[in-house]
Amino acid sequence: MVPLWMYLVVSAALFCIGAFGVLARRNAIAILLSIELMLNAANINLVAFWRYMNPTVINGQVFAAFVFAVAAAEAAVGVALILSIYRNRQTVMVEDVNILKW
Amino acid sequence: MELTWQAIAFFIFSALTLGGGFAVVTQRNIFHAALFLMLSLFGTAGLFVLLIAPFLAAVQVLVYIGAIAILVLFAIMLTRRLMGLTISLNQQWPAAALAMLVLFGVLLLVLTPVGDDILGQNWSANLPTDGDTAPEVTYITVREIGVAFSTQNGFVLPFEIVSLLLTSALIGAIVVAREDEAI
Repeated sequence: MVPLWMYLVVSAALFCIGAFGVLARRNAIAILLSIELMLNAANINLVAFWRYMNPTVINGQVFAAFVFAVAAAEAAVGVALILSIYRNRQTVMVEDVNILKW
Repeated sequence: MELTWQAIAFFIFSALTLGGGFAVVTQRNIFHAALFLMLSLFGTAGLFVLLIAPFLAAVQVLVYIGAIAILVLFAIMLTRRLMGLTISLNQQWPAAALAMLVLFGVLLLVLTPVGDDILGQNWSANLPTDGDTAPEVTYITVREIGVAFSTQNGFVLPFEIVSLLLTSALIGAIVVAREDEAI
């Protein structure tokens, strides 16, 4: 098997890509996609550590399954918020949505 | 490390994951970005298979690619007027790229054996450096996950809580996205 640090490097790279997307994209939906990338990076880490460190009990995979559920909830609420914003402001660009800004 | 079929599959799936992820954040067309997200998620599912997590791989394909990505595609099509925009990154993207490169470099130093020589301090000393020392998985993981979700000594309470969270989030999503203003 490939050593554990390769999985960790892939996960770190995916997380950095996702974080860059959150910081740099203008479209709110693209930010949502980037958040999904970051959640996936966390999931790869969870499962990789489970496999290499403690595969005798299933806890690592169960935790990753919880992350799936939370990600689904996050995506549903995020999409609903974006649609609501689009209906009210006719835009999904985050710099145009500044009604909470002083 | 000899080049086993597992290593080859790992590199292919890693390339799919990272390449898809990179395309997600750089594609100007948001619709293409969502399709590349599907590719990236599929690569992650392959990594799960390599890590002996077939249930998570199946859930990844079914829930992430089949539900979440499709949900996002619907959102994109409902806001389609803005799909073909030319400027997809804001003004602070060079700073963001620099910060993420620095973060990735630090993570590389901490996580890899290469960084131990440079840092002079072995941060990843407790991690196994050789993949072949990992214990074998001698049970069926899908059944164990089912048992863990349904037994009292396992995760039945967190399972119920996350079910409640998902239900309330979906109800909240319906309320937020409703057409009429009378809430």
